[in-house]
Amino acid sequence: MANMRLDKVPVREQEPQLRNKNFSEVCLGYTKEEAMEEAERCLGCKDRPCVMGCPVNVPIPDFIAKVAAGDFEGAYEIISEANALPCISGRVCPQESQCEARCVRGIKGEPVAIGRLERFVADWYREQRHETIQKPTGRGSRVAVIGSGPAGLTCASELARRGHAVTVFEAFHMAGGVLVYGIPEFRLPKAIVSDEVKRLEELGVELRLNTVVGRTVTVDELLEEGYRAVFVGTGAGLPIFMGIPGESLAGVYSANEYLTRINLMKGYLPDYDTPLPDSKAVAVVGGGNVAMDAARCAKRMGAQKVYLIYRRGEEEMPARREEIHHAKEEGIVFCLLTNPVEILGDEKGRVRQIKCVRMELGQPDESGRRSPKAVEGSDFLLDVDAVIMALGTSPNPLIRSTTPGLEANRRGCLVVNEDTLATSREEIFAGGDAVTGAATVILAMGAGKRAAQAMDEYLKEMK
Amino acid sequence: MARICLKQELNPTVTLMEVEAPLIARKALPGQFIILRVDERGERIPLTIADYDREQGRVTIIFQKVGHTTQLLSEMEVGEEIRDFVGPLGLPTEIPEGTKRACIIGGGVGCAIAYPQAKALHAQGVEVDVIAGFRSQELVILQEEFRAVSDHFFLMTDDGSAGEQGLVTQKLQERIDAGVGYDLVIAIGPIPMMKFVCKGTKPYGIKTLVSLNPLMIDGTGMCGCCRVTVGGQVRFACVDGPDFDGHQVDFEELMLRNGTYQAQEEQARTDHICRIERLGQQLIP
Repeated sequence: MANMRLDKVPVREQEPQLRNKNFSEVCLGYTKEEAMEEAERCLGCKDRPCVMGCPVNVPIPDFIAKVAAGDFEGAYEIISEANALPCISGRVCPQESQCEARCVRGIKGEPVAIGRLERFVADWYREQRHETIQKPTGRGSRVAVIGSGPAGLTCASELARRGHAVTVFEAFHMAGGVLVYGIPEFRLPKAIVSDEVKRLEELGVELRLNTVVGRTVTVDELLEEGYRAVFVGTGAGLPIFMGIPGESLAGVYSANEYLTRINLMKGYLPDYDTPLPDSKAVAVVGGGNVAMDAARCAKRMGAQKVYLIYRRGEEEMPARREEIHHAKEEGIVFCLLTNPVEILGDEKGRVRQIKCVRMELGQPDESGRRSPKAVEGSDFLLDVDAVIMALGTSPNPLIRSTTPGLEANRRGCLVVNEDTLATSREEIFAGGDAVTGAATVILAMGAGKRAAQAMDEYLKEMK
Repeated sequence: MARICLKQELNPTVTLMEVEAPLIARKALPGQFIILRVDERGERIPLTIADYDREQGRVTIIFQKVGHTTQLLSEMEVGEEIRDFVGPLGLPTEIPEGTKRACIIGGGVGCAIAYPQAKALHAQGVEVDVIAGFRSQELVILQEEFRAVSDHFFLMTDDGSAGEQGLVTQKLQERIDAGVGYDLVIAIGPIPMMKFVCKGTKPYGIKTLVSLNPLMIDGTGMCGCCRVTVGGQVRFACVDGPDFDGHQVDFEELMLRNGTYQAQEEQARTDHICRIERLGQQLIP
């Protein structure tokens, strides 16, 4: 008989007023007992709606049944067949709009805590695991993967498991892409990412850091060197600014810059040389996960006031519900239906104030969200000494502009066959944000996985 | 990792290093830069490529000890390895077609970047004048190198201790007034110098290129830290530059943005020097 309690078994978290001063992980995860209790809530539906909601089709009811039975190793085996990076997706997936959104238990009460259970299993396995991975011995082809974010890591792992000789090229000095430069430590501990990268190396994948494809070497040069196929997983790229006066004042950052300084460059640790502003009051503009991350980082860096400025309402925010909830708990001040119109500086060109207007929602636009309109004469000032723009990104042109014949759409995203992720050049495949524009970690992982399958087939045919 | 193969103090504050980086040396062109990180806890800083040797696989960097990272770098010796060294980044300098008479202007350590430009133009058969400016005689660098790649070389110092006393902009004006018809000016140096060179050439409509050195992190367009306003548009120096049409650049804004971390930089420098002094006191009882 299933456990019929209506709500999820609560998960332990660091206290809000404690955690908003440190970078340790917020969510502490389930214990064995809690996980087994929550797993009992799954009804094991025959038509498995949750699986349909998962971009990588994890057989969710199967692994949950193993958890309920206390067979965590078995649960892990089921997850890892479908998902190469469960420690990561268990933490950062927007479950509420994917698997959990379709859970039958959500009709009356809360859905099964699929994300927390996935995380529990992956963490349990990570703690237990002592063996080193057996390098697959295949006579596969040499393959190049460009970018070491979620798409690239997944693609590399899948290709290596199929016996191919994979080299991953990364522009930064550390592998992980957005998992290391973007998502903060308190949401995704970097030790987890470096563990995953280590496992990839155990699989025989070669990592080439500090290599900017398109500059240090071009895609065509890689093909000439003997790589038989290339996967482009270079991520989202260039930050978007609003185009309002004052955006170039000292103290205005893109979220990419601010988060990179803190996460990749470890600006929050005193023994690193990375300079960061000593801000007292910060305005973060945007309503996505990146905006939440930036706001919560600013709070942790010691800002007394952190405003989150978003032009629509909370309902319309693209961020995960959990991030919004955590941000509020941590004391971030939400300024909804508000839009900046100008950033004002002092005589030294440093941010002093941000001028905003109130907005009201009109008719839904092409994205289905109600489009905001400025209320005339409603402008007001907020005193801030830093502004962080978290408005999304546009694709990086570096590969597109240096690879002849590689087709991109009007927005600059690479054009691919939706099933095989093959680009307009048959030996080049692409996936993740480079194709979709800014999206989620799990969608990028799904793309990396699908591309690897198609590349494997392509390479076999070419032999 | 990139091994230092040669180190030379060009003057008390400016150091030249040849670094083993075959992939970068193979691709580098004048105007491009590298980003380096001295050690695991270091910042990423951009430095323009001063020269390259494709056969030996070496890249030359020339830098001035202006901040914490350049100080640390200057303390490294031949045989040691720079932790991260990535490039070549940015777009190579685009010399307008049909350039016949060019004036290359370098200010201080900016001469290190002006040199490869002069060398490249000279090799293309362009008539090259070089105006190199320094505060005083002991800071003069690359004098002989410049002479070898220019048709006329003018050395200027603020105090007259070497070459002529005066500013590079005065010499430029003098040349223009004397009727030298430049069709290209390349100015590389401190921001105020570049700004005033551009002011000087604008009335004559002489195409003027400047090489900008804003704050930077990734160097691939990802962070937007290096944004500069050029002709009213926001451009990223790392992917759209670092060279820009000097008549379009908002130098005031660049100067303000480059001052963002002045306080932290000062603190890091003082802390470092204090540590060295403490260490020195421990060693010498």
